[in-house]
Amino acid sequence: MTRELIVHRAGPAVTLQDGGRPGWIAYGLSRGGAMDRLALAEGAALLGQGETAALEMGGLGGRFEAGCDLRIALTGAPMRASIDGAPVTWHACHALPKGAVLEIGPVQSGAYGYLSVGGGLVPEEILDAVSAHLTAGLGRAVEAGDRIPVGADRGSAVARRLAVADRFSGGELRVVESLQTRLFPEEQRARLGTTRFIRDARANRMGVKVVPEGAPFGVEGGLSVVSEIITPGDIQVTGDGAPFVLLAESQTTGGYPRLATVIPADLPRVAQAPAGAELRFRFVTMEEALAAEAAFRAALKELPRKVEPLVRHPGDVPDLLGYKLVSGFSNGEHHDH
Amino acid sequence: MSDLPAYPLLRTAGIDGMLVSFGDKLSEPANRAALAFRAALEADRWDGVEEISSSLVSAYLRFDPLAVGHAPLEARLRALMGSRDWLQAEMPHGRRLHRIPTVYGGTLGPQLAEAAQVAGMTEAEALASLSSARVRVTALGFAPGQPYLGELPEVWNIPRQQALTPRVPKGALVLAIRQFVIFSVTAPTGWRHVGQTAAPLFRLGAERPFLLAPGDEVEFPQVSEEVFARMQADPEGGATWEALA
Repeated sequence: MTRELIVHRAGPAVTLQDGGRPGWIAYGLSRGGAMDRLALAEGAALLGQGETAALEMGGLGGRFEAGCDLRIALTGAPMRASIDGAPVTWHACHALPKGAVLEIGPVQSGAYGYLSVGGGLVPEEILDAVSAHLTAGLGRAVEAGDRIPVGADRGSAVARRLAVADRFSGGELRVVESLQTRLFPEEQRARLGTTRFIRDARANRMGVKVVPEGAPFGVEGGLSVVSEIITPGDIQVTGDGAPFVLLAESQTTGGYPRLATVIPADLPRVAQAPAGAELRFRFVTMEEALAAEAAFRAALKELPRKVEPLVRHPGDVPDLLGYKLVSGFSNGEHHDH
Repeated sequence: MSDLPAYPLLRTAGIDGMLVSFGDKLSEPANRAALAFRAALEADRWDGVEEISSSLVSAYLRFDPLAVGHAPLEARLRALMGSRDWLQAEMPHGRRLHRIPTVYGGTLGPQLAEAAQVAGMTEAEALASLSSARVRVTALGFAPGQPYLGELPEVWNIPRQQALTPRVPKGALVLAIRQFVIFSVTAPTGWRHVGQTAAPLFRLGAERPFLLAPGDEVEFPQVSEEVFARMQADPEGGATWEALA
């Protein structure tokens, strides 16, 4: 029996993503990979396996069929989902028996939902990874008719869930100084921390535009900064004074100056901020940023231990009110805060 | 107000990167220094270092900041920075000279006349200048295998356009500020599109997926549209190379 996931319909921004391709920036190819790496780790924890490639679904999911008995995990931005018409919980893993149809609708909050599969999706590798990197011309979006190979599944657990803190509605982002922060006037550096930014509708896997409330940002005069290395999280200020936060598929070099850099631990929150969400930036010291990185990595390691049965008798749950039992069934207008 | 830095300059890039820069604008010595410093880092890969690259005037090092501390890494980099005059460095070894046939002007290089005018030349003079120029790959960046190539004669110190050209094709030869770029993907650009090449810069599955490497030198001899049309069937796009000493 061929182990595969059959695609009957896919939104326009559905791609295969893994941790990306580190090691090629010297050749002009940025790492790429999942926009929300935490979601990949959550999928792996729910399925009780190492991190594998998953389907990243920007804004809209699709209609999928199990070509064999499969286990699936749904993570990242909550989306309306059902198996053979019966609604299923997000941030959880489920059985998807051969022939069953998984329907995934639009995001309820956040921007990118993920579908992970027991055994992992194992399409052909390109330069030692499977991530589509559309900006660089590697791979392509997933389309109706695709049959994506699935690896051997060594696990068996299903009907398990993860309690996930909200990272799907913007919020505060910790930043460190970038290479070019000092090119900006002190007034602007101070204002960065007190300005509210709105995540613009303009966003893709290269980055998201954030529009400041109030005066624009920028370096005065005919600026001709030499093109320099770019890293994900860099806040690049282009001509119109509205910064872009650069993400997984950022270019590897660029000439527009960078105001600051969002720390890796907070990048999932940038990637998942939906259009219209409010974002704020706060400068932290390198020591604070490194402590945040250590905490983030520790939390990733803890994920498998935080997985719990999906259905429990309410009496067994002493802190019931602390849980968001049904995630992703809001109308999308109201986010949990 | 902006500080006045002294070069070489060490700065952090994010929480996991350090950048050593040898100037605030492109120059031949600064580019050589960046390439040589990068080569020195590659020759003696330090624990905790995950990736090394160079851009036009800087060498970049990405590391695991929880495995190797900022302070010891910075001290080690500063020692290397001070160990010699990097601006006097030689070019890296194993370099190649590439000849990439190019169609200039016409529909395949629609802005040659405009670029010539901005540079104060006739179109014929511009063609002669560009098709005989020998430039060096100063960096690969922006897109896979996409080279920055410099420096063209001083007369080509022309600015970018005010407005972006919405789309230049893969293989487009564009120029601004004494540099060429060949596009490895179809993209918008503010640089002027003066010619078209057919050599793939990036070939999946090839033993050497990226045609060019920083330090390589490149010439763009002129060919006719007829010759160019034939070259498009050639996997090398008509490009040839020889080893440089």
